[in-house]
Amino acid sequence: MASEQVKVIGAWASPFVMRPRVALNLKSIPYEFLEETFGSKSELLLKSNPVQKKIPVLLHGDKPVCESSIIVEYIDETWSTSGPSLLPSTPYDRAIARFWASYLDEKWFRSLRSILKAEGEEEKKAAIAQVEEENSFIEKAFIDCSKGKAFFNGEHIGYLDIAFGSFLGWLRATELLSGHKLVDEAKTPSLSKWAEQFCNDPAVKPVMPDTAKLAEFAKKIFAKPPA
Amino acid sequence: MADEVILLSYWPSMFGMRAMIALEEKNIKFDYREQDLFNKSQILIETNPVHKKIPVLIHNGKPICESLIVVEYIDETWPGENQLLPSDPYQRAQAKFWADYIDKKVNGPTRLIWAGKGEEIEAGKKEFIEVLKTLETELGDKTYFGGETFGFVDIAFIGFYSWFDAYEKLASFSIEAECPKVIAWAKRCLKRESVAKSLPDSDKVTKYIPELKKRLGIE
Repeated sequence: MASEQVKVIGAWASPFVMRPRVALNLKSIPYEFLEETFGSKSELLLKSNPVQKKIPVLLHGDKPVCESSIIVEYIDETWSTSGPSLLPSTPYDRAIARFWASYLDEKWFRSLRSILKAEGEEEKKAAIAQVEEENSFIEKAFIDCSKGKAFFNGEHIGYLDIAFGSFLGWLRATELLSGHKLVDEAKTPSLSKWAEQFCNDPAVKPVMPDTAKLAEFAKKIFAKPPA
Repeated sequence: MADEVILLSYWPSMFGMRAMIALEEKNIKFDYREQDLFNKSQILIETNPVHKKIPVLIHNGKPICESLIVVEYIDETWPGENQLLPSDPYQRAQAKFWADYIDKKVNGPTRLIWAGKGEEIEAGKKEFIEVLKTLETELGDKTYFGGETFGFVDIAFIGFYSWFDAYEKLASFSIEAECPKVIAWAKRCLKRESVAKSLPDSDKVTKYIPELKKRLGIE
């Protein structure tokens, strides 16, 4: 069953799509990447995720799995004997990993996008301050979770590394566009080091979008219509 | 060594109800501590400094936050009785998908119904009915969302049932008329002791809403 064909429906710029791709790479599972055209949704996507109509969708054989974090857990459970575990081993550590992944999705990414959507200097400053405050929580979480090791998950990249790491492209693009560093050695020393190690990992490199390309894309989708 | 299990919750919260139901399903003895969300306690602020929200489960001094994460933690920590999530990875992913759907899609429109004014209430009702119909299609003719066994998705949704009377009165509609299977499912769930113990009376919720609105500074 685990040997059935695997496909991922997604798009290059989506941080959520990056998550299952990194997970599959870590497990050395080959898959076919089906890129959606920006602005339209394929028949296959609508058929595979009729409820939310969103990417990513993992197709394992003909079975669809939706929602990026859920897909990562599915990958970990299905190919449990391939490569290291993506989820921590104790229920408590798993709860903590899930808590922070949820925080990133529900609060942090929204705060990050507010920087790009900000109108005027005041609004931009406030948005930046918000993200920096949230980054300080995540810096502390990293110290607690990593217990001195390189990743949130310890020695190996895991669920929470993937959750936050997949946002690094957008983080760097936002820094580029706003002219302000959000994660660096001075402000978030642990996260800064972690980010470098995450991005250099062979499972991550091939699917991490280029910062400049993402910045161009972000400019396009956040472009304000002429007054 | 006996486990120390404390639950910080708030009686009308459908999210708090999820944690209670899970604990009851597993027959876990716990210390329920009612929280005043308008005057947050030291223990709430200390155990959930990021969100300062309930429910918070404190197990042998360690806090776990976010209701669905709490339910999953309970299932993993006390695996013996009444399994709440399926063992099969694909079935698990389906259960989590629907619980996530409920988390994302129910709160918005229902909040418009009980906290909104005029047009907002109508808009909330319309959207809520659509969500209910999607859930009803997913439920189909099954006993519970997961099939024959009461589980994760049922727990994610059933707490909202205690607010159904209030929604119906405030938006002038009948949920049973729109989605009879959902009501039948809810009644089946209520027959379970864990659910009956954890859901407040609909009447109590309906009567509480004006006071809640006042405390929130809404009209």
